[in-house]
Amino acid sequence: LGLALYTGSLCVLSCAALVYHDYCIVGAGPSGLQAAYFLQRANRDYVVFERSHAPGSFFALYPRHRKLISINKRYTGKSNSEFNLRHDWNSLLSHDRRLLFRHYSRDFYPNADEMVRYLEDFASLLKLRVQYNTAIIHVTLERDEQAWNGHYFILTDQDRQTYKCSCLLVATGTWVPNVVNFPGSEYVEGYETVSTNPEDFAGQTVLILGRGNSAFETAENILGVTNFIHMVSRSRVRLSWATHYVGDLRAVNNGLLDTYQLKSLDGLLEGDLEDLAIIKDKKGKLHITLQFYLENSNISAGVDAITLPQDELDNFAPRAPYDRVIRCLGWKFDFSIYNRSLKMMPGKGDKKKYPQIKPSYESTNTQGLFVLGTASHSIDFRKSAGGFIHGFRYTTRAVHRLLEKRHHGVPWPSTIYPVTQLTNSIIKRVNEASGLYQMFSVLADIILLRENATAFEYLEEYPVGILAELEMQTGRKAPSGLFVITMEYGKNFSGADKDVFYYNRAVGEAQHAWQSNFLHPVIYFYKHLPTENEMKLRPPDWPLPRPDAIHHIVEDFLTDWTAPNAHILPLRRFLENCLSTDLRNFFAESCFLFAFTRQKLPPFCWQGYMRMQGLEGSEGLRRHAVEAGLLQDYSITDFLGDRPPDSHKGSQDQLLRDHVISVRPLQHLVNAKDE
Amino acid sequence: MSAQKDRWVSSFSFLLFCASAIPTHGSGRVLQELSPQRYFSALQAGRASLAYFSHNVSPGAQPFLEQIENSAEALQDYGISVVKVNCPKEDVSRYCGKENALRKAYLFRGNMLIREFPTDALFDVDSIVANVLFALLFNEVKYVETLADLQNIENTLKGKLNMVFAYVPATGTAEHRAVMEAAFVYGTVHQFVLTTEAMLLKESSSDEPDVSSAWLVFCHCQRATDLAQPCRRTAMEQALTMLNIHRHLKLMGAPLVTEVVEDPEKVSTVHLQLGLPLVFILSQKETYEADRRTAEFVAWQLLGKAGVALLSRDLVGLNVLRRSNIALKTPDEGVPIKYLLLEDTDEVITLVEDKNKVKQIQEDEEEEDDEDEKENNNQDIQDDEVVEAVSRDKKRELPLEQIRVLTEETFHSALLETARTVVLFYASWEAVSMAVLRTYTEVADHLAGTQGILLSRVNCWDWPGICAEENVTQFPTIRIYKKGERSVTYDGMWGTKELTSFIVLSRVSCPLKLATIDEAEGYLRGEFPSELSSYHYTLLLGVFSTATSEAREAFEEAGNILSGHVTMGMYFEDDALALSRKYAVSPPALLLARGGGQSVESIALSKQSAQDMVQMIRYELLDIFPEITVQNLPHYLQLRKPFLILFSDGDIGQMESKEMLKLAKGRPQQAFVACWLNLKKTPVGRGILKAYFATMPSLPVLIWVNLHAGGQVFKFPSEQSIAEMNILSWLEKLKAGLEIPSSTLSEEDWKPPLPAYDFLQMMETAMPELPLHMSHHHRDTLEQHPPESPEGDTATWDKPSQETKAEKMGSPGRDLRGTAPRLAAREKQGKRHSEL
Repeated sequence: LGLALYTGSLCVLSCAALVYHDYCIVGAGPSGLQAAYFLQRANRDYVVFERSHAPGSFFALYPRHRKLISINKRYTGKSNSEFNLRHDWNSLLSHDRRLLFRHYSRDFYPNADEMVRYLEDFASLLKLRVQYNTAIIHVTLERDEQAWNGHYFILTDQDRQTYKCSCLLVATGTWVPNVVNFPGSEYVEGYETVSTNPEDFAGQTVLILGRGNSAFETAENILGVTNFIHMVSRSRVRLSWATHYVGDLRAVNNGLLDTYQLKSLDGLLEGDLEDLAIIKDKKGKLHITLQFYLENSNISAGVDAITLPQDELDNFAPRAPYDRVIRCLGWKFDFSIYNRSLKMMPGKGDKKKYPQIKPSYESTNTQGLFVLGTASHSIDFRKSAGGFIHGFRYTTRAVHRLLEKRHHGVPWPSTIYPVTQLTNSIIKRVNEASGLYQMFSVLADIILLRENATAFEYLEEYPVGILAELEMQTGRKAPSGLFVITMEYGKNFSGADKDVFYYNRAVGEAQHAWQSNFLHPVIYFYKHLPTENEMKLRPPDWPLPRPDAIHHIVEDFLTDWTAPNAHILPLRRFLENCLSTDLRNFFAESCFLFAFTRQKLPPFCWQGYMRMQGLEGSEGLRRHAVEAGLLQDYSITDFLGDRPPDSHKGSQDQLLRDHVISVRPLQHLVNAKDE
Repeated sequence: MSAQKDRWVSSFSFLLFCASAIPTHGSGRVLQELSPQRYFSALQAGRASLAYFSHNVSPGAQPFLEQIENSAEALQDYGISVVKVNCPKEDVSRYCGKENALRKAYLFRGNMLIREFPTDALFDVDSIVANVLFALLFNEVKYVETLADLQNIENTLKGKLNMVFAYVPATGTAEHRAVMEAAFVYGTVHQFVLTTEAMLLKESSSDEPDVSSAWLVFCHCQRATDLAQPCRRTAMEQALTMLNIHRHLKLMGAPLVTEVVEDPEKVSTVHLQLGLPLVFILSQKETYEADRRTAEFVAWQLLGKAGVALLSRDLVGLNVLRRSNIALKTPDEGVPIKYLLLEDTDEVITLVEDKNKVKQIQEDEEEEDDEDEKENNNQDIQDDEVVEAVSRDKKRELPLEQIRVLTEETFHSALLETARTVVLFYASWEAVSMAVLRTYTEVADHLAGTQGILLSRVNCWDWPGICAEENVTQFPTIRIYKKGERSVTYDGMWGTKELTSFIVLSRVSCPLKLATIDEAEGYLRGEFPSELSSYHYTLLLGVFSTATSEAREAFEEAGNILSGHVTMGMYFEDDALALSRKYAVSPPALLLARGGGQSVESIALSKQSAQDMVQMIRYELLDIFPEITVQNLPHYLQLRKPFLILFSDGDIGQMESKEMLKLAKGRPQQAFVACWLNLKKTPVGRGILKAYFATMPSLPVLIWVNLHAGGQVFKFPSEQSIAEMNILSWLEKLKAGLEIPSSTLSEEDWKPPLPAYDFLQMMETAMPELPLHMSHHHRDTLEQHPPESPEGDTATWDKPSQETKAEKMGSPGRDLRGTAPRLAAREKQGKRHSEL
């Protein structure tokens, strides 16, 4: 910090135009504001640059039809605020209970205007330092040995004002519309500008390019007034309820699937858009053809001279002329503002719309540059919720915690518990934690065992991708093994072609819990922190390498994992066997007996009764325990404890004598065996 | 199994006179053919022979003759010669003459005719041997027809001979022959009794016997001491063959319990030689007698099924013995001895009787084989007494009216309403906190109507926000919030009495500043403050002069720490000297009023630190000769001293009490805690005695137990009276190591009570191709081989059941795709799907 002040003051003298901040956040959208919130709470020197005059400019325009598809579930029947966040996909994290989205909209699928209003309130009520009307148009590096990361980030805005930052948080989202170029693409209207008034489509035949939520949203809007709509895309439709990925086609927008499958003229087609060509005829109708037809035709000869597919193949599917073609192909990250020295590279394959980042959300090639929010979705694209508010609000918090450790020496927040609280701490988290639930398989709770396993340290929502670096990234030590708590769907349950409604899809018995399909808690046990290499070599589709032991808590229809026998008991057995100890609870009376008859005590007695916090238990409870055969009532049973004589051969007296001996336990042999 | 049988057959056949194993020679050589004169002249005294007389041709007797000839060899082994006497045609003597005589065989001993057999009694070799031996062993094998006969024989045998009682459905059978053959060998050792009466079988066997099959029982009459009781019986469970009977009698003859002092691997007994397992009971010096009784009991149960040996582990320095109390040696060669830890004798018996069980235990021990779900079906049975008790109680509605529910909205305002707010933070799914909630309702009941106290609760499952804010990290937590002061977290027993007392004591400040000397006096009498007047506590009063502010501050701090657990007052007015003079102390000093102010003790306060003062006060509050209860034990355990504890059924006698008190007071710096335990009030004490001693000692019993070092338990000799001097000299002997401990507390760690579901193994079993297992080799070389693409391998994750299901049902997604019209006639290959 001293250094920061020093460099800051240095700048005032030497470069008057340069403004310095420890942290610069680009973009005042949800993730930018979320990051600002955490920095503000930690009293860090930061600023947010926003090109618009208000936060959330993306939401001011998109979605065009204004219906957000992130749910705003106002009722869950529970008052647990953390649990309720599992079903609130719009709120950002803050301590201010007014800033819950349910106070902003009553709609389950809220209007985007409410989001804009919410973000405005979030920035103003929390007094976040946002510099509006500042469009960062260029980012470059300035090498400096003294800097946190060996360089400063120099940001230039539209007025040539420059800013110097030690750490750059890119929260710009993905806002550059995807465009395909093909012959005739000039006739295509973009989602960004297309009319949202259904009247404008009355009696028209429409072709929509793309198969994402924006395409279906557009179709949904005009479904009732068009002649028919065809939708073309390279990939098959991916239904979010089959893939368990909220970015896939949501049921709220899928009206076109109905009309297609119920033979109501609309339809879906598969094909590569790069092969496509559009020809406009004299009447202004748009004809679909393929580029290789164009290559073979003489274009200069006029529209009529061009061969159309239906000339050769007279049942060519999209042979009907269209009135309009609309492009709804989604967005990509704006790579253009980064100097080449930052090496901001697009991801590979289907992640090319996102910049390449490491599982710590830091840019692959530039230290100190972190990507937040939607743009950071390459980590869990098509898997978890990192590209959406309800996911990245947690990953942003994780990034903040990493930064606190790296730059300010503040270790990852943790709580230390005695080992008797081990089962409880896990049960509590898997039942209420929202970060684990939304960012399943990406963020995990970590339990670091202290030596002798008498106590443990609990770390929440750590990115599993950087598990190997845990000690360095959190400042916490893992000397005696660790548990990693994640939530997972069944390994082969999710997928575009999966039938998620097959009979017997739900597992009910705890002993088959590993075959659970629905989202359920999974606990990995490692005797040692996995190494970087082990992380790399983990089984495909596994978030983590092979553990020393694994436990699945059986899926639950109510996502309530508090059943004593089905959920807690198997978990306890797992933990006991990992730690090689007995984690049962005991009444004070049992501890009393153990204190007199055993040299060692179970942890519950040791940490409770022996410290004068024994659990006496009410009369009624102790009676229940006796009835269950788990506690002996010495005041009733005869010492000899004889069983009623049963049907054995021989004379009664002999039997009785035998019984007296037979029930005598071999306890003394056990007790004295170490003699 | 058959190999085993072969072994013992071969090793023991030399002992047998039995002919069955001897190779058959030509029958012609064994069977003598003599003339009547030669036959009768050759008859030797004492030698038995079976003769039949024949005129050369007698077609009707042909099969009978064949059988006689066949049996010659068998009978030869018993020293009985078989002779065919060829009657000359003209001979009309006694045996040759009568037509009738020719249809019979005659048994002679010497030249005396013992028996004549009709040919229909000699239908085969078995019947010939059986009947011949039966006739010869007339004295050795008693034939009985009635139960009375049997009992008479049994009674006369008691203390003398063992009896072998056999039932055969009919004489002349193979079983009959086997019994007779055995009687020939063992007839002088045991009394054989035979019957063909099914009635007798029914009388002497409890369940419905199968009268069609033979049955043999060994009656241990030699050991029988009680004439009124029938002899102990051990039935033979195998089929009645010579070999089995021999084996059974051999086992009955072996010592009941073999005492072993060598490496069990080297031990061999009759049982092992006969192909039966040998059970070792691992004993040690201290419990040898009890173990011997256990061993004998087990041996009786296992008689005929396994041998029992008593192994003194003191004498055999095997490490493996320490973890177990039972060892099992099987006759199979190369199978190592199994060492087991069993709970009671029933387990030993099932271990031997149930072969499958043996296997299962072995597998459990080895922890190698697949865990069949059935084997571990106890895993899903709740073994946590608290969780189970709470679950069983969950349907009962708790009387929670007196306890206010606080929420995130009401929490802070509620704290401002009352002088003291007690808050229970709990989680409704957590068993221990739900158990405490029940106790809390009882506390609420006790405190109903008490002014200035609000009892409330916060369910952290509903309101995690407050719990986090209040830094509640454990369930349950009880805090007392005082208006305008910091809160106090309850750190005592989760019991009604303790919690009530804590809440009551928390109402007055600790220490309480007393303003006048009257107040101070009233305080010591337990009359002031009035809130506490109805309770009886040990009262502490710090007396300070104005000069001793340092000690006073330490005392105040100690008061803060002990708040709720003790009542502390302090007086530091100018006239403090008057008070100190009255109790003959000089300030700073501490006055203690025990038991309602009857006596006041005084202690000079020399220690200055608050921590030391807390220690001192805690120590002072301990009794000299306390009655140990579940509630107070931890306080005394903290002294980390051995316990000298008198177990008494009810209150202890005055004498004992006096002597023990003398003993306890005797040395101010006692090296042990002298205490007593009332079994009526603390019945779990019986559990302690049960663990210490095989049999319940007579009460009262004085026990020395060092809970912190070694865990040895010594019992004060019951023949001595509990008197100070006796105890002291006994303690001297203990110290000198002259006494033998009655038992030693287990040093065993608390291991998981049951295994967990091994999901990792289940996954690997279900999907062997899963690259979960990475060999080291793989690890080392994998740098060059990047992991296979995720997409390529996901299919392997499919569980089989689901896969087949999905195939059967057909995937609608796939179907949709198949029928989708193609936009382009040619499809690009090798390009991956991606959303644009």
